[in-house]
Amino acid sequence: MQVYLLTVIGVAALATFATRVLPFIFLARHADHPLLAHLGRYLPAGVMFLLVFIFMFGQPQSLEPQVLLPQSLAALVVIGLHLWRRQALISIGVGTGVYMLCVQSGYFT
Amino acid sequence: MFTQAVKFSIPVMFGYLPLGAAFGVMFTSSLPYDWYFATLMGLVIYAGAGQFLAVTLLATQASLLEVAIATFALNARHIFFGLSLIKRYQGAGWRKLYLIFGLTDETYSLQTSRFTLSDPNQEHQLGFYITLLNQGYWVLGCTLGALAGRYLTFNSQGIEFTLVALFIVLALEQYSALGQKKPFALALFSGCIALILVPSQHQLPIALLLTSGLLILDFKYPLNKAALLCKSTS
Repeated sequence: MQVYLLTVIGVAALATFATRVLPFIFLARHADHPLLAHLGRYLPAGVMFLLVFIFMFGQPQSLEPQVLLPQSLAALVVIGLHLWRRQALISIGVGTGVYMLCVQSGYFT
Repeated sequence: MFTQAVKFSIPVMFGYLPLGAAFGVMFTSSLPYDWYFATLMGLVIYAGAGQFLAVTLLATQASLLEVAIATFALNARHIFFGLSLIKRYQGAGWRKLYLIFGLTDETYSLQTSRFTLSDPNQEHQLGFYITLLNQGYWVLGCTLGALAGRYLTFNSQGIEFTLVALFIVLALEQYSALGQKKPFALALFSGCIALILVPSQHQLPIALLLTSGLLILDFKYPLNKAALLCKSTS
């Protein structure tokens, strides 16, 4: 029973590590290629945007008001606060507080 | 240096402790194994969604091939992270393997959004501390959750939004550092295509694939006028 658990953990660990290490193995020789510099410059911004975008709109219930409203309200609070004060921890803390208040109070359900 | 890394990684702590705990609770309450295996998974797998998936796979006694394919597919988005860090992680020496191992969504986001230090050794050390702290929060969360099991009473519903808020802040920082809308426009386009055409669990990797493809096209055939001008005069 525990042999099965340990092999599953081992396989999952290897599969996860593979996704992280593959580009470093196959593209190591091309580290100075201008295309990789181009991707290094612009891809992080795209990734960050997509992590937010897919979280907000990618779930099957994303467009239902009780999901959409708390998320949008909290996201707007984070954006507004951050553009105003530019204090990462304050923007994140207050935004999360607003979100927790919304979902726990059940105001939007 | 270490305090600097702590400062950077605090938002991840607020996300990883509750999320790791949620994993730990799910692990001990749905599987007949001891708590310390949840700790072990946080140590050697270290992937949020990947570990939740592993619990489901363990519960259904999935085959090892299924585990390998499903885990790889779920984490395929990480391939795109490496693409933009090959140059950056060069010369990190003994830390490099760990920097790569610890490349979660959150670690990648922190690493690519912060300032870089001019001294390579200090730069890699800071990156190493950030990666180590992030995994520390995660492993601690997994362990506490697994120990507390179903007796956890703190109402933390909604706290996972911390990580979304972190990504929003980092996207804004990326925008102010780049001063360009291009990557966001390409990502928005890719995201919309993925939302329309692809089922929920594959949207992120497909959107990332599209964005990378569009950035490669943009590299080969630059759209902005300055680049066009350079080309025509050279």
